[in-house]
Amino acid sequence: MMSEGSSFMKGLILGGIFCLVMSYFETFNPGVHSESHQHLHHHLKPLSKDELQKLSESQMSELTQQVRVYCLIMVTPKLLVHWVTVNDTWSKHCDKSVFYTSESSKAVEGFDLQEQDEWARLRKAIKHAYENAGDLRWFFVARPTTFAIIENLKYLVLDKDSSQPFYIGHTEKSGELDYVEYDSGIVLSYEAVRRLIEMFKDEDKCPERGRALWKMPEEKQLATCLKYSGVFAENGEDAQGKGLFNKKSTSSLISDSMGQNPADVVEACCSDMAITFGGMSPSQMQVLMFGVYRLRPYGHDFHDSLTFLPPKDSDND
Amino acid sequence: MKALGARSAFYVGFVVGTCSLYLLLSQVGFTRNLGSRKNEAHVKSLLEMIEEENKNWKKERSALFNLNHPHHTGEDGKLADALYKRVRILCWVMTGPANLEKKARHVKATWSRHCNIVVFISSVDNPDFPTVGLNTKEGRDQLYWKTIRAFHYVMEKHGDEADWFLKADDDTYVIVDNLRWILASHSPEDPLYFGRRFKPYVKQGYMSGGAGYVLSKEALRRFVEGFRTKVCTHTTSVEDLAMGQCLEKVGVVAGDSRDTLQRETFHPFVPESHLTGTFPKTFWYWNYCYYPIVQGPQCCSDLAVSFHYMDSSHMYLLEYYTYHLRAFGYKHRYQPSEPNISNAPVPDKMEIGDSEQKHGVEAQEGEKQSPELNEKS
Repeated sequence: MMSEGSSFMKGLILGGIFCLVMSYFETFNPGVHSESHQHLHHHLKPLSKDELQKLSESQMSELTQQVRVYCLIMVTPKLLVHWVTVNDTWSKHCDKSVFYTSESSKAVEGFDLQEQDEWARLRKAIKHAYENAGDLRWFFVARPTTFAIIENLKYLVLDKDSSQPFYIGHTEKSGELDYVEYDSGIVLSYEAVRRLIEMFKDEDKCPERGRALWKMPEEKQLATCLKYSGVFAENGEDAQGKGLFNKKSTSSLISDSMGQNPADVVEACCSDMAITFGGMSPSQMQVLMFGVYRLRPYGHDFHDSLTFLPPKDSDND
Repeated sequence: MKALGARSAFYVGFVVGTCSLYLLLSQVGFTRNLGSRKNEAHVKSLLEMIEEENKNWKKERSALFNLNHPHHTGEDGKLADALYKRVRILCWVMTGPANLEKKARHVKATWSRHCNIVVFISSVDNPDFPTVGLNTKEGRDQLYWKTIRAFHYVMEKHGDEADWFLKADDDTYVIVDNLRWILASHSPEDPLYFGRRFKPYVKQGYMSGGAGYVLSKEALRRFVEGFRTKVCTHTTSVEDLAMGQCLEKVGVVAGDSRDTLQRETFHPFVPESHLTGTFPKTFWYWNYCYYPIVQGPQCCSDLAVSFHYMDSSHMYLLEYYTYHLRAFGYKHRYQPSEPNISNAPVPDKMEIGDSEQKHGVEAQEGEKQSPELNEKS
């Protein structure tokens, strides 16, 4: 009895010491694991103002001509109001926008893929977009609950070579996999899409219908297929390191900032050059459209080296 | 048997020790650490706030004098600065003791920073905020009393320090730079006032209280004079209507505040309502608006001046949309004309905050300005 009791006590004390030691080690270990996954271009930023000014006028106009975006908006009839709103707002600023739907709707035009499975639908949409890209070299995939400011997207990728593989957005980590979150929009260069479509042919590494019992979300399936083709996710951010791709809505981000930074709500919140906001309701999108493309304080000018003109036949921008 | 028992007792003890200490640490040690860190961060941000405020505001005689017209990184604010000097606006904000933390504080943190002078009008004096107490009670029935007293107060204390006098509620969001654009082509010596024009009850119409309205210096003089001569009295607590009636009596003209495409600039509701809402046909609004109502995107000018019923998060959101978020390189469809700067003399006697402002002014002098703005009296 005695020896059991004392063994127990020894164990208890050693266990306590073990716990203390482990907790100290934890505080020393945060960055080590992620260090091993540093890519060369893990954080992607736009050209700085100085770099922009160094470009000649002809270089500038060449780049502006080249950076053209094909928007793939993945809709379903359930999200009809969002579908119509996106059609009426930000998608007008894409060089080409196609609404890929699971089934057609009488109310609004879309490309009917006749496919219920989300991953299969995404694959079909990407294949169709690649085949119909013409001379467009950048692809942007979004849900209709996301609002995108295409001019800021163009600014981000202005100096990036579309014949190189780029896979950009807000990056998250799932185990060993870096993936771009769907809700904040996915940017792919022409080369990335070309490699992806090649990888689609490989039923082992990149199956169309998942064999597992559970379904991996499309964003992770996409990341996996891309990873096999040597394309890695990169986080889009501005010169200050603020994320440009947001999965939360503007009002949600402002509320968060009011709680966390009451002294400096707007400065600390979101980037001036933000590209996407997710989880937006249709009326929030109409207000954001007004806020981005029209509302401004008189007398404050930005002499940007680039010019993007407003689209034809539109009156809300 | 005994050895086995002792060994397993050891292991059990080890596990129990680890777990219980872990629980203990997470309850006591670490959370306390986290707690104090959070407190530190909170104290730090309060200190930052106070420091910021001391740099940008000069508190004097219960008013806030703006020392630095706020600038945004990377922008060219020359034109806005020129108008800031030329078109001096005193903003007075109708608030009350119960709303200082809930509402007025956010007005102070956002749009009022673009006024030349800000006065917060309450029923109680508060030297810290600061607010001016005007010997009234709180409540809807006190609105016109507060308004009358407020205008008399700003006339008396700040009459020479501004050209235009804006009234706003603590849930109104005002884009003061756009207000300057409208006012720049008018003279403060003319008896004028601007706002969201309503048509009933007053022949020339009156301006919605919630959407904010602005009086020229001459209009303010006549308003105060009207009360002295008893031409105007406290007729009703419906503040905006009573203002309209008094101003019409003393010969102040109700102006048209719409932009060059006849789009409204002062708005009595939140942006969503004007941009996306469809007002039911029986809604009073249809019978009130002086000019034809437009629903949808053309409801509102690109150079909108005000929105009403804005809660705190909405104010910060609109601040983000107006002054921060933009589409890089985008050439706006609506290119407003530069205002015909009225021939009113540039004030040669600049008031408090002068010495700090001068540094900013001198930096501007050397730069190219449009010929009209360089006129000296």
